[in-house]
Amino acid sequence: MKAESFDQVALAHGGGGQLTDRLLEQVVWPRLSNPLLDELLDSGIIQSIPGRPALTLDSFVVKPLFFPGGDLGRLAVCGTVNDLAVSGARPQGLALGMILEEGLPRGVLEKILDSVSEASREAGVPVITGDTKVVGRGQADGIFLTTAGIGIIPEGRVLHPKKIAPGDVLLISGTLADHGLAVMLARQMPELKSALRSDAAPLNGLIERLLAAVPGVVFLRDPTRAGLAGVASDLAKTTGHLFVLDEKRIPVLPETRHAAEMLGLDPLEVANEGKVFVVVRPEDAQKALEALRGHPYGEKSEIIGRVEKGPARCEILTAIGGRRILQKPYGEQLPRIC
Amino acid sequence: MNGRYGSLEAILGRLNMAVEGAGRPLTFMEVCGTHTMAIFRSGLHSLLPAGLRLISGPGCPVCVTSQGDIDALVALADIPHAIVCTYGDMIRVPGSNGSLERARANGADLRVIYSSMDAVKIASENPSRPVVFAAIGFETTAPATAAAIDAAKARSLANFHAYISHKTILPAMHALLSGDASRLDGFLLPGHVSVIIGSEAYRPVVERYRIPCVISGFEDIHMIAALMRLAELASARKVDLENVYPQAVKPLGNPAALALLEKVFRVGDASWRGLGPLPGSALVLNQAYEAFDARRKYALPDTEVPEPAGCRCGEVILGKTTPAECGLFGTVCTPTNPVGPCMVSSEGTCQAWFKYQGTRIPEPSKASA
Repeated sequence: MKAESFDQVALAHGGGGQLTDRLLEQVVWPRLSNPLLDELLDSGIIQSIPGRPALTLDSFVVKPLFFPGGDLGRLAVCGTVNDLAVSGARPQGLALGMILEEGLPRGVLEKILDSVSEASREAGVPVITGDTKVVGRGQADGIFLTTAGIGIIPEGRVLHPKKIAPGDVLLISGTLADHGLAVMLARQMPELKSALRSDAAPLNGLIERLLAAVPGVVFLRDPTRAGLAGVASDLAKTTGHLFVLDEKRIPVLPETRHAAEMLGLDPLEVANEGKVFVVVRPEDAQKALEALRGHPYGEKSEIIGRVEKGPARCEILTAIGGRRILQKPYGEQLPRIC
Repeated sequence: MNGRYGSLEAILGRLNMAVEGAGRPLTFMEVCGTHTMAIFRSGLHSLLPAGLRLISGPGCPVCVTSQGDIDALVALADIPHAIVCTYGDMIRVPGSNGSLERARANGADLRVIYSSMDAVKIASENPSRPVVFAAIGFETTAPATAAAIDAAKARSLANFHAYISHKTILPAMHALLSGDASRLDGFLLPGHVSVIIGSEAYRPVVERYRIPCVISGFEDIHMIAALMRLAELASARKVDLENVYPQAVKPLGNPAALALLEKVFRVGDASWRGLGPLPGSALVLNQAYEAFDARRKYALPDTEVPEPAGCRCGEVILGKTTPAECGLFGTVCTPTNPVGPCMVSSEGTCQAWFKYQGTRIPEPSKASA
């Protein structure tokens, strides 16, 4: 007997009964199929690999669900893959948790899962286990995703802020603020046509390439929420060193700058989802830059600053040659009045 | 970076020469909060010659909004089923009974909007719910408010009201100058307000108080060129009104925007934080649009509410005190826990100091190389 089709998510789809089976069989499994998931065990079991296991988890809520350059599904895969990759881990598998709001159109769920599938394929990291719950109308906003990821850090690879020393050189793997501003424009000014696209991308390939060329990389971090300002000022505080950035060398696309000005935001404080902030020893800087630029996700990489002895803070040399402090933003990004 | 006055280096050179040639320390006021923030962001303070001091003026809309206005907005957010639409800067300003942000956390429906027309749209999509638009700002945002109210009238939106707290910049300059004006050697005037009101609007101030005024945009090079011209005028003891932003600012402003203001608003009185009540400094709805006035609709009292104890925002706004001289700055009052509006607004002097200079640094360190 052919199972009945459905066009929107109902509470019963999360009940663990036949309707749940229908949702999984019709919508989820066909899109995420891989040998580990297809076994349908209670856990995804990965093979034993030498090294130190790394575990990470992130939840994803974004409005709107779809925006230029990505959607919730792509974000959920890239965010967790990148958290593993910047820790030096090679991602092995993802767990996907979905909280669906009653009434969510099936088409929306399918589109998001298509993106999960595509990003997972691109990263080479399969979804190996998952969970689905449905909550009543009004108890969630369409769909929330959580992804956890497990990865293995190869023997001998140590990336840690404690290793950062004065003299170290700072790099960024491309243009800043594209993700945050693409989402904010899509949310606030959907009628506006802009060339701006989210940079959401899995960075494990780029980072493996970098670490192969420069095994002595000191530290990596992905400047997501709070942007470059958040990462650089946090690291200054943790390490006790002065981080000096050169504004002229920080890549920002003209359309991003324009959108930031319009919304009264600073591109340095806005989220990225496909960029990595790199700390290397001065003698490795050029080699690291070349390695990054040789990958499609790192073509616009730049050396943007250095670590100095001094007060534990981040300063920026401005375009006109002035100098000021760069701080972590306070919280919610609030557009100003005029 | 090259402009009408040559390269950045050339302009900085002329600025240095003019300040030196003045033979006395010069103090200029940037009237507008957008300039305050742009100046701090550019690191310009670290490039200025020692004899030149910039102080921030009363042109930050959030900062000069009185405590009474903040309290009224929080009260409006508590009306059952109401939707309050506001520009983002306002939501964290603490009133006597908490901020709009806190009202939102307690269940109020607060919408951060980017355009006044969004509030009209929300009102037409929610006909059964009262919608209040917090209309704050100077002449820069007032035309957008006028357009929104005009649109609400055209659509007969009975559930849309605006809490008007629009102020005009010239009465504030008069108030500053008729007080202790000897401290100031010139005004750096805001490009965006001037786009609306036109450069000639400042002529009476320049002539009455004999003070140089230069209108500037917000690009680094515009601001430095304007400071250079101010220093050259002050150094030569000449009084003039100049416009280094002529591509955007015309002598008579934007006639369409001014006509819209004329249509919807009349001149009224406002209470300013720091300056107190200033007659003729507000835009209020004229008779034909009074039905859209949230104050009337919800019978909000016009009360003077005392400012928080120890907060010196009022003096900071007038350029009489620097943030570091305030006992609360950087300790009790920080951007995460602001006491006064100058620490809340992204254009506020206190936030600019805290954000770009850190606490307890009275002057920025000079740039190396």
